[in-house]
Amino acid sequence: MKIGVFVCHCGSNIAGTVDVAGVAQAAKNFPEVAFATDLLYSCSEPGQEAIVQAVQEHDLDGVVVAACTPRMHEPTFRRAVERAGLNRYMFEMANIREHCSWVGKDKDANTRKASDLVLQAVEKLRFDRPLQAKSFDINKRVLVVGGGVAGIQAALDCADGGLEVVLLEKTSTIGGKMAKLDKTFPTVDCSSCILGPKMVDVSMHPNITLYAYAELESVEGYVGNFEVSVKKKATYVDWDKCTGCGLCMEKCPSKKAYDAFNEGIAPTRAINIPFPQAIPKRAVIDPTYCRQFIKGKCGVCAKVCPTEAIDYEMQDSFVQEKVGAVITATGYDLFDYRKYGEYGGGRYPDVITSMQYERLLNASGPTGGHIQRPSDGREPKKVVFIQCVGSRDKSVDRPYCSGFCCMYTAKQTILTKDHIPDSQSYVFYMDIRAPGKMYDEFTRRAMEEYGAQYIRGRVSQVYPYKDSLIVRGVDTLLGSQVEIEADLVVLAVGAEASRGASELAEKLRISYDAYGFYMESHPKLRPVETNTAGVYLAGACQGSKDIPASVGQGSAAAAKVLALFSKDQLESDPQVALVSQARCVGCGKCVQTCPFGAIQLAEDRAGNPKAEVIETVCQGCGLCTVTCPQSAIQLQHFTDNQILAEVNALCQQAMEESFES
Amino acid sequence: MDVLKLDSGYDAAFVEAVMNESGQDPFACYQCGNCTAGCPYTFVYDLPVHQIMRLLQAGHKGRILQSHSLWLCATCESCTTRCPNNIDVARIMDVLRHMAGREGMITEKQVKQFNDSFLDSVKKHGRVFEFGTLVKYIARSGRFWSDADLGPKVMRKGKIAPRPHDIKGKDEVARIFHSVLGDGKK
Amino acid sequence: MSPELSYAYYPGCSGLSTSKDYEISTRAVCRALGIKLQEIPDWSCCGSTPAHTVDHVFSAALSARNLSLAEQMGSDTVITPCPSCLTNLKVAAHRMEQEPAFQQEVNRHLQEPCVNTVQVKSVLQALIQDLGPEAIAKQVEKPLSGLKIAPYYGCIMNRPPEVMDFDDPENPVAMDEILRGLGAEVLPYPLKVECCGASYGVARKDVVMQLSGKLLDLADSLGADAIATACPLCQMNLDLRQDQINAALKRSFRLPVFYYTQLMGLAFGLEEKDLLLNKLNVPAGPALAKMQQAAEAAAEQDAQTKEQ
Ligand SMILES: Cc1cc2nc3c(=O)[nH]c(=O)nc-3n(C[C@H](O)[C@H](O)[C@H](O)COP(=O)(O)OP(=O)(O)OC[C@H]3O[C@@H](n4cnc5c(N)ncnc54)[C@H](O)[C@@H]3O)c2cc1C
Ligand code: SF4
Ligand code: SF4
Ligand code: SF4
Ligand code: SF4
Repeated sequence: MKIGVFVCHCGSNIAGTVDVAGVAQAAKNFPEVAFATDLLYSCSEPGQEAIVQAVQEHDLDGVVVAACTPRMHEPTFRRAVERAGLNRYMFEMANIREHCSWVGKDKDANTRKASDLVLQAVEKLRFDRPLQAKSFDINKRVLVVGGGVAGIQAALDCADGGLEVVLLEKTSTIGGKMAKLDKTFPTVDCSSCILGPKMVDVSMHPNITLYAYAELESVEGYVGNFEVSVKKKATYVDWDKCTGCGLCMEKCPSKKAYDAFNEGIAPTRAINIPFPQAIPKRAVIDPTYCRQFIKGKCGVCAKVCPTEAIDYEMQDSFVQEKVGAVITATGYDLFDYRKYGEYGGGRYPDVITSMQYERLLNASGPTGGHIQRPSDGREPKKVVFIQCVGSRDKSVDRPYCSGFCCMYTAKQTILTKDHIPDSQSYVFYMDIRAPGKMYDEFTRRAMEEYGAQYIRGRVSQVYPYKDSLIVRGVDTLLGSQVEIEADLVVLAVGAEASRGASELAEKLRISYDAYGFYMESHPKLRPVETNTAGVYLAGACQGSKDIPASVGQGSAAAAKVLALFSKDQLESDPQVALVSQARCVGCGKCVQTCPFGAIQLAEDRAGNPKAEVIETVCQGCGLCTVTCPQSAIQLQHFTDNQILAEVNALCQQAMEESFES
Repeated sequence: MDVLKLDSGYDAAFVEAVMNESGQDPFACYQCGNCTAGCPYTFVYDLPVHQIMRLLQAGHKGRILQSHSLWLCATCESCTTRCPNNIDVARIMDVLRHMAGREGMITEKQVKQFNDSFLDSVKKHGRVFEFGTLVKYIARSGRFWSDADLGPKVMRKGKIAPRPHDIKGKDEVARIFHSVLGDGKK
Repeated sequence: MSPELSYAYYPGCSGLSTSKDYEISTRAVCRALGIKLQEIPDWSCCGSTPAHTVDHVFSAALSARNLSLAEQMGSDTVITPCPSCLTNLKVAAHRMEQEPAFQQEVNRHLQEPCVNTVQVKSVLQALIQDLGPEAIAKQVEKPLSGLKIAPYYGCIMNRPPEVMDFDDPENPVAMDEILRGLGAEVLPYPLKVECCGASYGVARKDVVMQLSGKLLDLADSLGADAIATACPLCQMNLDLRQDQINAALKRSFRLPVFYYTQLMGLAFGLEEKDLLLNKLNVPAGPALAKMQQAAEAAAEQDAQTKEQ
């Protein structure tokens, strides 16, 4: 075998603390190395060209690039060696940046370590064999989980692109948080006017199947061929019959049900349609409040329903769907304002969350768009807004900035002035984060045109006194403690990962951060991909973000799916397990071990049981290879021999040295 | 107000000493002001507590140790409880007060005199003798007793014990004074 | 009844003097509830605020002497009625646990080293957690019905939560629960943990006038008949200095300030010698009379509705 070694400078990233020319020189003495050199930027166009040329000039059989992490550029170099006429698996990468040059400052030690890493890669390469990827058919349907604005956008873009879409929504209507908002920053246009038509498009689109009041039960399979089980939760109303007339809701005698859509500021009925523009517009019974369920008698809705849609016996049901890709758009939830005892949220009725305030502002909200104090219905004149509640606060384990609350607070001060011209808004802030287009101008408008008083500092305590709420804070610019006798206090609560986000992530086998937000594959270059092929992200489930950014990601994820589905077949990764028929005794241990169900027992021609790997299902994790008592399963490109060769490369010299001394 | 020299005025040894003695990281403070917002004593402070935190970040020992605030902090723990960055601000205040005491910068003499009278009593009897503490404080501060109106109330109701309770281990207690504080002149 | 509760007991210096009423009523209430208090023999002062403002090792050593004495008694828990003592004892124990070097340093100054094995609690915590509100409610003979009480905990009973580790630091409820069990009407008093001015009464009276004045004003605005407290210093500032506050702020508060143990004793039907209500500066009489009237009126109405 003739091996070529290319040692990358990565500008000064590597060359700053590693003698790259020295490493290349050393590599010339490694087994079967026919050519070695250093390159300034091996991933650049001239860098890649140099590799291609060297392969051709020196008739190389395999290539080692010593550079950065393979996560980013392994595919780049594989393509380069392929262009040079080699099999793309006759290539190895040694990570001498993250694993070496960025770790220590001692140049001699780094250079030695880099040489060792290159030797290791060379030893592995000597056992590499050309591998051929197999092709498989894909199912060009996509599942979108979560029907907020991000999910809606993704679903519509995919559907318009000709794909069949299955849209799954946990609650009984799509729309997410945006459906609850009154107006939206930075243009102050009506939220339902811009979201409503999109929601209708979803319901009318021939390519979209919508399951509302449904959750993802399980996911099997892999990119191109997922099989998902959808749980349709019992609504106790037959939606094929329900016309959304609302008669049941009008007549239902149980009037104290919790209204999640209105954030609990007013009660709803045990049977309800969350809001008039709901999609689908269908009724659901909440059994925790329904008298039929609690007391065993009532049945009013069943009597009044003109289409006999009520079914108290209904059970959860399951449907199976086959899709080739999944977009998760499960959004966020709000920080629990009761965690700040000093603000008294939950104890003092006139301390409310920003989302509750949106419902008070909203013309289709429970107060018909009149701002009223929950305690006595009085119109507030002095409204205090407190920012960063449950954001940027390590003491409640929420150190991150939620990103949109500065902006929506500014919006809410503007709307407050619009609704109540003789009102005064006060905003306690630590910093104003308004980096979007026309965003800073928007917050300035709140102050300059609408007269909102911005006070730089936190609030330490809110407490009721006589008819008001005393808000005690600080104005750090004045260096003074300040107090406001307020009528209403609005807490700009931050965003948290949506409830159940981590469970869903486990089902989809995608990763999430310490706070439950989903991890993108690369923070800059692969923002809507996950590390699981075929699973994409959109909207606030990846991290708190506003509507423009959520919609942008919805479209981006759709574009990724459309690109994926632009081919009829996908190539499977050939770095999978392979069974040696001669060694396998058919014990089946591997079948039990494989977490992906990628191994099955078959019979050879003589009728003996033998393990068999389904290549497209195998994820190359290697668990089976260590389980097999016969060493009959080998992970291709990571065989036992290759691993041992690597270990030897590192240890042999060290062992010899230690015996000498 | 003087111009603060942020470069040359930074007293690294001071900052390190505060960090060591308090076990707190003042640089975790992002100046939200919550400590000041909640501090019941802000109205008598010359420097609000968040500014003390900021001066500490800037390493300005002088301005901090000269402040009256250090002697007016009651260790009510409001700041510590509500700091979003989990800084034990009250402990930092305590440590700064220790330093000011050690350097003889006592800006609220009466507070210090009251504390000293209290501790003298503990040193002598093993338990504090409240009546004796008061008498000593009045003598020390040379101030007419501003609580003279309380005298009759307290006496008539037998609210204050007229005689000290000496404990058996009072010498042991006095030894703690000597062995931690040296000859007790603090 | 549950197995007998028994604790090492640390009364604190003020219990011998200015807060004798707290001390006597605490002991009487515990006796009535079958709780055994074993006073730590020859206990010494914890140093209170003055000690920790001088030096932390010094303050911890003064406290640790008492913890060590409690250990020698073979006790596993020491309880104290006074929040200031509680804080000092707890801070000392907490820091010695967190920092072994600190413990060594403290022990260098003690005759008998402190192993740091005893748990420190307030009497209030022992009552609510170890005995439980039901057992307390069971002792009630004369319910305090009709008495509107503002429960005031003081600033350091529950703070900082990392050290005190008891109840909600912003909205503690232990005393509320007990008082409710006594039949009183417990008002939602929002400044439960706001500082009263602490020991500045002597050196900086102006401070106490402002801070305690605010507390009285809030209780008054809620229509309270009385304030209940668990802290000798708070009680002194709010009660003994109430006339000074009235003069300084030009107000006319007449709010009796009880120790919650006095109210428990009242409801248990204990005698004056166990309650020492006569030690209160603002007399309890009018508030109690009002309560009596309310109770009688209620009883009458009750009888009437039964007749109908
Ligand atoms: C008070 C307030 C005011 C705001 N005002 C503005 C504004 O004026 N302008 C602006 O740009 N932004 C504003 N925002 C931000 C805006 O709400 C978000 O940017 C936007 O809602 C994010 O959309 P999304 O689709 O990612 O998430 P969401 O709106 O949260 O939607 C997620 C959807 O997924 C569903 N879901 C969750 N989990 C599952 C599951 N496991 N299975 C199935 N379905 C699931 C949810 O029920 C929901 O319908 C505001 C936010 C708040 C709190
Ligand atoms: S059966 Fe339940 S949902 Fe229907 S009307 Fe009665 S209470 Fe309402
Ligand atoms: S967006 Fe503004 S209010 Fe929201 S967490 Fe960030 S800084 Fe705080
Ligand atoms: S509360 Fe904490 S973070 Fe905020 S200013 Fe005070 S010390 Fe700094
Ligand atoms: S501990 Fe001191 S600085 Fe902190 S809030 Fe209380 S009095 Fe103010």
